Amino acid sequence: MAKEKDNTLRLKFDSSRNLAPAPESRSAAKIDSKYDLFINGKFEKPDSKKYFDTINPADEEKLSEVAEANEADVDKAVKAARNAYDKTWKKMPAKERAKYIYRIARMMQEKARELAIIETLDAGKPIRESRDFDIPMAANHFFYYAGWADKLEYAFPNRKANSLGVAGQIIPWNFPLLMAAWKIAPALATGNTVVLKASETTPLTAMKLAEIIQEADLPPGVVNILTGAGATGAAIVNHPDVNKIAFTGSTEVGKIIQRAIAGTDKKATLELGGKAANIIFEDAPLDQAVEGVINGIFFNQGHVCCAGSRLFVQESVFDEVIRKIKDRLESLIVGNPLDKNTDIGAINSRAQLDTIHKYIKIGINEGGEMFESSCALPSKGFYCRPTIFTNVSQSSRISQEEIFGPVLAIQSFRTDDEVIEKANNTPYGLSAGVWTDKGSKIFNLTTKLRAGVVWANTFNKFDPTSPFGGYKESGFGREGGLHGLSPYLNLGSY
Amino acid sequence: MTTKISIPDFSIPSRIDQVGVEERAARFTKRSIKNETKTNGLLLTLNMIDLTTLEGKDSEGKVKQLCSKAMHLHEAYPGLPTVAAVCVYPSMVKTAKKALGNSGIKVASVATAFPSGQSSAEIKLLDTKLAVDDGADEVDMVISRGRFLQGDYNFVFDEIAAIKEACGKARLKVILETGELVTLDKVRKASDIAMYAGADFIKTSTGKISPAATMPVTLVMLEAIREFYYKTGIQIGMKPAGGISKSKLALHYLVMLNETLGEDWMNNQWFRFGASSLANDVLMQLMKQRTGVYQSSNYFSND
Repeated sequence: MAKEKDNTLRLKFDSSRNLAPAPESRSAAKIDSKYDLFINGKFEKPDSKKYFDTINPADEEKLSEVAEANEADVDKAVKAARNAYDKTWKKMPAKERAKYIYRIARMMQEKARELAIIETLDAGKPIRESRDFDIPMAANHFFYYAGWADKLEYAFPNRKANSLGVAGQIIPWNFPLLMAAWKIAPALATGNTVVLKASETTPLTAMKLAEIIQEADLPPGVVNILTGAGATGAAIVNHPDVNKIAFTGSTEVGKIIQRAIAGTDKKATLELGGKAANIIFEDAPLDQAVEGVINGIFFNQGHVCCAGSRLFVQESVFDEVIRKIKDRLESLIVGNPLDKNTDIGAINSRAQLDTIHKYIKIGINEGGEMFESSCALPSKGFYCRPTIFTNVSQSSRISQEEIFGPVLAIQSFRTDDEVIEKANNTPYGLSAGVWTDKGSKIFNLTTKLRAGVVWANTFNKFDPTSPFGGYKESGFGREGGLHGLSPYLNLGSY
Repeated sequence: MTTKISIPDFSIPSRIDQVGVEERAARFTKRSIKNETKTNGLLLTLNMIDLTTLEGKDSEGKVKQLCSKAMHLHEAYPGLPTVAAVCVYPSMVKTAKKALGNSGIKVASVATAFPSGQSSAEIKLLDTKLAVDDGADEVDMVISRGRFLQGDYNFVFDEIAAIKEACGKARLKVILETGELVTLDKVRKASDIAMYAGADFIKTSTGKISPAATMPVTLVMLEAIREFYYKTGIQIGMKPAGGISKSKLALHYLVMLNETLGEDWMNNQWFRFGASSLANDVLMQLMKQRTGVYQSSNYFSND
């Protein structure tokens, strides 16, 4: 018999990791060589005369340098904010305030592409995330709170909503622009003025936001944006004329802030660390649950305070779930954050990479079984393979402490009560996830899990209309939604 | 295959979360396929096509033309692969077989009272036998959706198993007609039944019902294949059919295939596109990749 011609092409479409490069164009973003402090509507040289570099964690190249604000700069910013509050912002009709907030939101949308590129360059996060999540969500927060500005009397019926004054706001490096939006939008909507400090490793989008605010013609001093490290933040916290502190960051710094403001009449909201439990029951839609677990821990390289960094899997499906997770790890693309196909970008800084490596070592020493994706890492820049640990116990440090990186600690469980106890057995309480096909089980768990957000059959879902915040050492106060208004208000009676 | 296969209890409901599936499917469309990856993907797409004509007005002439297209997709682009198969009604199998000669292109025939499947077991077996005796290399059968939705899973299972036996050496593709099953839970259930009953391929649709193939439905079926493979070691093929007429969408399907089942499935032994108009769009894109400009559709033959 004549041999049939073989028409089968094999594997010409390269394996999922070897896609041709598809980089977003860096030239679409304009980054100045130097950024000053944004005080009273103008960019001003720092009193400290000092500048520090901000680098691209993907290749360790310098992107720009930014000013380091000292106490005198902070004082200047707070005075500008106080002045703007007393003379302009407090007196302005609420619907006029709303127009400014709307304008900022729209300008952010117009510049969305540029903002996304800069966010990715400065923070190392994949362009897919900054383009599809960070920037649109940041603009949405401004849109949402613009809507509330003239409706506060409906938000709090029969109460008189009085603004506080000057809000000192300190934001982290994991979602730089989004955190700025979470802080600034509700503060402005409620009639407060702002002194905001961006993180020292990711200051650039905040400075771009300052340019937008300037271009939007917001009255000078209503929003002041500073750059600097811990000392700058401390100067804001300790400034006597600041009425409210809003902080997102580590639990350690959160405790320092609380000590510092004890005995003062400063109000505070703290959004701190987390060690969220993701719980998969045997009756869960497993393929979708695994996808949720992957997104829960590897979103933004695991630099997420509500990351699902602990996974609990019911014993009967444990092996199957681990197999699925390992398969999925192999299809994740780690690499250049500017490439549109990248799933996991660069770790934000050398220091954070060291921390993650330290914890991986601890996990191995504690007897955990490590599995990491087999992908190659770029030779330059800060990268970490997505990693999971099995054979982990409640007493393991990697299941107790926040790693803030792409490392997942997995345990098994038998009964509902057992997993509830294990999930709650942590100083943190920011978020949790429940995966089951059974509605009654979901409601049973959501009432018993001590976490600010409990997601059911999904994870890491955010919306401006939804409040977010923690229990226990994950902080207090809520951001987002109607709840996000009250920390910026004194509610009095008419 | 010597593996002992234990057949699961099909009365246990399958659990698929629709929201999660849709999110995952959407994620594949975010992949940016460029340059050589795009060219390779397009060539592979061509090679995976089951060029199809399933109309009441089909004539021998039409089928011959289609076969000619299958073998000579676009002579202006030398070195193109051929399509995988030509898919016709049983009455046209002889014609197609003769026209395709030893080109290596398979002849696939729909059978079992396609597209509705509303007939007796005897007729369905005869229909299959007609196609196979005339030389069909592959048989695309439809399941009895009515009995499936009634919960008569054993009937559906037995029917597939009987047709599989009648196929002899021909490979059996089982069409679930997912547009009539409605929920993803049911899609998963029907996939499992088909695979355990002996399907070589599972296929989404007849192309006669809307919606036909969608990415979420295909993803659920690919995940069912993955699970079956892990349980039995048997590789099953996948064929989305109907509604895939653009290159970009086809590339998204390949991304989904590659990231769900991996490279072993990335060939026409294990994956097919059931489509009639996809080929020309792919050809147009390939010419664009080569020349940098789009050509008018008049340059590509309509068959």
